[in-house]
Amino acid sequence: MRSARRLLCAAALVALAAGGLAAEARAEGTVIRSIPIGNLKVLDPIWTTAYITRNHAYMVWDTLFALDENNEPKPQMVEDWTVSDDRLVYTFTLRDGLKWHDGAPVTAEDCVASLRRWAARDGMGQALMSFTESLEALDDQSFELTLTQPVGFVLDALGKIDSNVPFMMPKRLAETDPNEQISEVIGSGPFRFVADEWIPGSKVVYEKFEDYKPRAEPASKAAGGKVVHVDRVESIYMPDAGVAVQAIASGEIDLHESPPTDLLALVESNPDVVVRPNDPQGYQLFMPLNHLNPPFDKKEARQALLWGTSQEEYMAGVIGDARRYQTCPAVYGCGGTAESSAGSEALMTLDVERAKKLLADAGYAGHRVVLMDPADNPTLHPAALMGVQTLRRMGLDVDVQAMDWSTLVQRRASKAPIDEGGWNTFITNATVTGIANPLIHNFVKNCEQAGYGWSCDERVQKLNQQWALETDSDKRKELIDELQRVHLDNVTYVPLGQYRPAIIYRKELSGVIPGPVLFYWNIEKKS
Amino acid sequence: MFAYILRRLLATIPVLAIVALVVFSILHIAPGDPAAVIAGDQATPEQILAIRAKLGLDLPFHEQFLLWVGNVLRGDLGTSIFSNLPVGHLFLQRVEPTVALTIATTLVTVLLAVPLGVLAAWKAGTFIDRAVMSFAVLGFSFPVFVVGYIFIYIFAVKLQILPIQGYRPLADGIGPFLSHLVLPSLALGMSFMALIARITRASMLEVLSQDHIRTARAKGLPARQLLFDHALPNSAVPIVTIIGVGVALLLGGVVVTESVFAIPGLGRLVVDAILHRDYPVIQGVLLLFSLVYVFVNLAVDLLYVVIDPRIRY
Repeated sequence: MRSARRLLCAAALVALAAGGLAAEARAEGTVIRSIPIGNLKVLDPIWTTAYITRNHAYMVWDTLFALDENNEPKPQMVEDWTVSDDRLVYTFTLRDGLKWHDGAPVTAEDCVASLRRWAARDGMGQALMSFTESLEALDDQSFELTLTQPVGFVLDALGKIDSNVPFMMPKRLAETDPNEQISEVIGSGPFRFVADEWIPGSKVVYEKFEDYKPRAEPASKAAGGKVVHVDRVESIYMPDAGVAVQAIASGEIDLHESPPTDLLALVESNPDVVVRPNDPQGYQLFMPLNHLNPPFDKKEARQALLWGTSQEEYMAGVIGDARRYQTCPAVYGCGGTAESSAGSEALMTLDVERAKKLLADAGYAGHRVVLMDPADNPTLHPAALMGVQTLRRMGLDVDVQAMDWSTLVQRRASKAPIDEGGWNTFITNATVTGIANPLIHNFVKNCEQAGYGWSCDERVQKLNQQWALETDSDKRKELIDELQRVHLDNVTYVPLGQYRPAIIYRKELSGVIPGPVLFYWNIEKKS
Repeated sequence: MFAYILRRLLATIPVLAIVALVVFSILHIAPGDPAAVIAGDQATPEQILAIRAKLGLDLPFHEQFLLWVGNVLRGDLGTSIFSNLPVGHLFLQRVEPTVALTIATTLVTVLLAVPLGVLAAWKAGTFIDRAVMSFAVLGFSFPVFVVGYIFIYIFAVKLQILPIQGYRPLADGIGPFLSHLVLPSLALGMSFMALIARITRASMLEVLSQDHIRTARAKGLPARQLLFDHALPNSAVPIVTIIGVGVALLLGGVVVTESVFAIPGLGRLVVDAILHRDYPVIQGVLLLFSLVYVFVNLAVDLLYVVIDPRIRY
């Protein structure tokens, strides 16, 4: 009797385990199960700049132009485009056979409405519209952009890869107030969003859009043919990093878009798992400075930070693995078209004594320096702790204030003095593609356009304007060098280095395209 | 009895009103701005203000509160600022995993902890008693996430007999459903098990020293009958009380367990909402949580009548 009971228990356990494993193996066609970079809460990529929403949008929506691996904008939904001899009139013609997920054809009117909504929210879009005389549909397939004066960034703007990306939406959605979310997710991209299966904060499901017509060219970053080789992508958010990495190792999950660097060692020796950086440029870590509050209202005090900072220390402390970071003096990031090392001696040389002297010259007299620390962010929290150490080494009286990211984004908007809840500095990051030129890098804009920190140097304003209007690439390069010199002279902010987070995936996957976004087209999965 | 239940149900109204006011006040006093989170790094102050206005966050505190209360009274818990989905819909999406986890944990815990507590009392002062009580101390001492990681390492990574993470609804079949609940239930139940085992032991020790037990023992009643038919029912009131309290505590414990095991339950919903200041979700779900607390307590009070006929309301 007793042995019969034991047998029964064992059988039940085996059945339970087998049931679980069998269910794991069950798939509706070819399915990629992946862990995204974050928790998808907002579906509208124009309403928010969150990277996770941008990544979701690349699945569902398509763009007129897209950046290739050389960071050059290439036509995507556009078949042909022409520009008039005076460089004032751009005419775009859409590809044949483009369809929305509800079956309706994509029209030029849809694209015009989408561009208008995007431009209402995006910095580069606003810049483009400030030089726009008219934007009109000519017929179902083509539309025309007429400028008030020639500018050099029209295609850069339309092919922008970072938030907000000018995604094309049906006119009825694109006419939504840009400060409100769209009411449904209908795109013309290679995947269809499965609304019924969306569990915000947990799971997002996409199915292959059978009517999508990829371009003939091979896939290259965000450009080229978006050929989908799987039936379904299940994007599963896992808040626990350790468990997520184990799920990859065991094969429960196929791909992890942003595993923490310190856990990569768990899978690097696993022959079934591929570990590699996916974005050749990655992220820039940087320290915004509040130019309104002492001591950083004085240029000498800001310059002291350059001499007192070692990018190598920050990168080693925050990222750790030297294969995944580099020091980089360029305000607009290294590896892009606006890379420059002009005027970077102070930034790239560690001289703490000189930093102390500059602080003394600035009249620093023990002012409290408030450094905001987003303690819930696994990258920025250690960076903030490094920041505390660096600033104290220069003799600054640092008041480190821990908070969550939501609090920080509210407080950083405050221009108040320190005693009234103001701040001096914090450390944050941005994808290099998102800061790659003077029009999109909001943290280094100045005066009336200034981002958090409110720096104001008229030279920056003038140079930004010249860069926007310049169409000659050599002259643009000279302007970038000059901007770099000015930013590091006035110390708009402090660049702290550049790092490339890795992605990990099962060896059954192939065709993962390098880029700042994990694109799911071109990926094949062996069964 | 009916009058008692009605009185208790009526008493939930002021409780919920206080919860609503306190939660709403704390949320709106706490720093953090969902509009700034949505707008992102590139937004201008004007854009943030425009989003705030669209969300109604620029209204005075009392207006926002009255609007919300009015909507709740009409059965509308609001809409998530971020996902744009009704809070009721989000709650329904998430309630099954949390309820399944809570019930599974309660069952596993009660089925293991009560016999252990009885055994410890019966063998009081022996090695068995000490072993059970040592286990109870360990159960209390280990945080849920540590136990969770240990279980994942042993049963999922090394032995590979159970899944590492995730949740499968009952509709996917009983096998996947249960296999995904085993590790989280055991991890979550460890401290709860320790608590129930200790209370059961203490309560049983008290009953076992009473005259009627001594008499039953003297009359030669078998141990199993003595313990489970006579002693345990008389010890049940404190045990049921602690199980009731425990169920309420479990609802808090699921936050960590759901995060470790990637279970899409209510705990994670609330934590995500707090981190992003999704006010309607936090307010709605906490209001529903407090309702659950009230009803669990009411159920426990009513169970007393069943367990102990001397209790009357």
